Amino acid sequence: MSAGAAHAARGAGAGAGARALVNARLLDPAGGLDAPGGVIVENGRIVAVGAEVTAEAARSRGIAVENILDCAGKWLLPGLIDMRVFTGEPGFEYRETLASASAAAAAGGVTCMIVMPDTDPVIDDAAIVDFILRRARGTSKVRVHPMAAITQGLKGAHMSEVGLLKEAGAVALTDGRKSVASARVLARALAYARDFDMLIVQHVEEAELAGPGVMHEGELAARLGLPGIPRQAEIIALERDLRLVEMTGARYHAAQISCAESVEIIRHAKEAGLPVTCGVSINHLLLNEHDIGAYRTFFKLSPPLRTEEDRVALVEAVNEGVIDVIVSSHDPQSADTKRLPFAEAEFGAVGLETLLSAALSLHHSGQADLSRLIAALAHAPARLLGLEGGTLAEGAPADLTLVDPHLSWKVEESALHSRSHNTPFENRVFEGRAVLTLVAGESVFDYHAGA
Amino acid sequence: MERPAILNSRHLLGVAGLSIAEITALMDLAEEYVALSRQREKKTNLLRGRTQINLFFEPSTRTQSSFELAGKRLGADVMNMSVKGSSVSKGETLLDTAVTLNAMNPDLLVIRHQHSGAAELLAQKVSCAVINAGDGWHEHPTQALLDALTIRRHKGKLENVVVAICGDIRHSRVARSNIILLSRMGARVRIVGPGPLLPPSAERLGVEVFHSLEEGLRGADVVMMLRLQRERMDGAFIPSEREYYRFWGLNEERLRLAKEDAIVMHPGPMNRGVEIDSSVADGPRSVIREQVEMGVAVRMAVLDALARNLEREAAA
Repeated sequence: MSAGAAHAARGAGAGAGARALVNARLLDPAGGLDAPGGVIVENGRIVAVGAEVTAEAARSRGIAVENILDCAGKWLLPGLIDMRVFTGEPGFEYRETLASASAAAAAGGVTCMIVMPDTDPVIDDAAIVDFILRRARGTSKVRVHPMAAITQGLKGAHMSEVGLLKEAGAVALTDGRKSVASARVLARALAYARDFDMLIVQHVEEAELAGPGVMHEGELAARLGLPGIPRQAEIIALERDLRLVEMTGARYHAAQISCAESVEIIRHAKEAGLPVTCGVSINHLLLNEHDIGAYRTFFKLSPPLRTEEDRVALVEAVNEGVIDVIVSSHDPQSADTKRLPFAEAEFGAVGLETLLSAALSLHHSGQADLSRLIAALAHAPARLLGLEGGTLAEGAPADLTLVDPHLSWKVEESALHSRSHNTPFENRVFEGRAVLTLVAGESVFDYHAGA
Repeated sequence: MERPAILNSRHLLGVAGLSIAEITALMDLAEEYVALSRQREKKTNLLRGRTQINLFFEPSTRTQSSFELAGKRLGADVMNMSVKGSSVSKGETLLDTAVTLNAMNPDLLVIRHQHSGAAELLAQKVSCAVINAGDGWHEHPTQALLDALTIRRHKGKLENVVVAICGDIRHSRVARSNIILLSRMGARVRIVGPGPLLPPSAERLGVEVFHSLEEGLRGADVVMMLRLQRERMDGAFIPSEREYYRFWGLNEERLRLAKEDAIVMHPGPMNRGVEIDSSVADGPRSVIREQVEMGVAVRMAVLDALARNLEREAAA
């Protein structure tokens, strides 16, 4: 029996806001946990977890009956941490605010958003980091941590104030949608970030080779008459970056990979002991280039959707742990940037609200291992960014997602909480979704209460 | 009297969706319009009362006038809208324009646009029939139909005819539509050009790929030269105009590698002395002027076929 559960069993008085979720299937890959049981939450933290946490144990601890939720076998996961979220705040509030993104996050079981610096002004200054954190405290339902720009103004030339940004609360550095193109600039940024133990997160794309490309270069692009982005644009960028990691010893994370070759490159780098990790967007695990169909711009993504073979390789890499993190790559775009000829439309798709359900579909179809999925959605981002959370361990923040694994729901553009509705999963029926989302023990979304 | 339906779809967005039967029927109908167009009285009133709008986002003298003439010979009211200097350059989007035009109740909308997929996007937003007159690098269906008709008139068939499409295949909607249509009709299509001007995965388009003009021409029944945009000859895709002419230009000597009765085609406008010599362009094997004539006939056939569908819809 764990210490916390023993404590619970002794029936000590319950602390502030104490509540219990019992009779759940506890899924916590960080602790190797997949077993029936419950958790007790006090003062915003998990104070007891395990099979011993039953309704009786909660009552004997002094928790009122109305604060004990019988989960009836539903799944209890650590709240998801989405490592790649674009909002429009500040600068493009008509697309998305921190508040609207957080509503989408809560509805999707995401309890922590890592927001990208591609705002106006760019998050490349401690004052903007502070602004984001204050706005988030005032308006966001879920936790928010910003990543700051590697280079000032995302221009790829001059390093931003890494130390001051970190002090202000930035959790990593990235140039967001852009890749740091100059090897010299990136090498220096890596060397400098290393001194502050800041993770460098890179969009891996050789911009010169990608050129004006708008989709995967291959037969389909040739047929549609659209300029392609060859897979080599990613491969070359990734291989070059890893040489610089080797040179500097800095921690490096490839934000999203899209091709089978990249999986092998990361695998070898890890085997060689380099401090390298990588992510993948949920879109690239479910979709391929053929989903573009008749120039459907909601499937115009960066990196582009690639072939079915690539998709399968990426899913397998999640199973094997070569890919560490799954992100939504939530990128709200309005009608005026999407209802255009394919080549003119912006890249990007919203995804906070569908991330978890889409990941569950990979489990239901037997493609992906459930505990690997949860690890990649919660524990791995926490570990990489040095955040608490991503686990159901005692003492962890009570950021929890209760999942009804078989609840069937249809994605309807108009029902999405995000201010922009550019979802690639419109009208898809998913099996399973978040039905209750808690941040610091407080409910921020309750599916059945319609909130 | 109701005339038989020819096309299944209400739009002509590309040749990719056309069946062998549809293509054949369109060509047969176009033959009738060739005959009509050679008469003193060239006009019918089949499209009387119909409004046709030619919406051109890219300048094009020959395609636009061809569509205009085709519509007028069928009796339609034709309006040309060239977008240079109009509201689109003031920031109005393609779809805003579409919605505005749609409110004027046109029956047939002919669109030329610099981006692939523009015709498809427009077709989703308007209630009239849309004809793609060229979208980006994607398709130019009436050009492929007129090319096929020209070939059939000279070779008597399309099956097993060897067609060498030469030059800038990568950026060419003419090439794409021709590859699809001619292959579907059983022709043996070759694409011939320097590496940077071939599409990626070219070999997967169901064609034979040649990296040498001489090799590609050998034994061809039809030599189809494509226009090379001047901005692609400045070192971006190929080093220079003169180098292109030296290795990829069609002259009389190279033409001798093709079959004796091979015909020479070009969608126009030509860069004389770049992709094609004047002696070939104006020579006895050139059918370039006939292509222009076939263009009007094919466009009449397409307008007629789509108008028949409109009548059926209205009757239903």
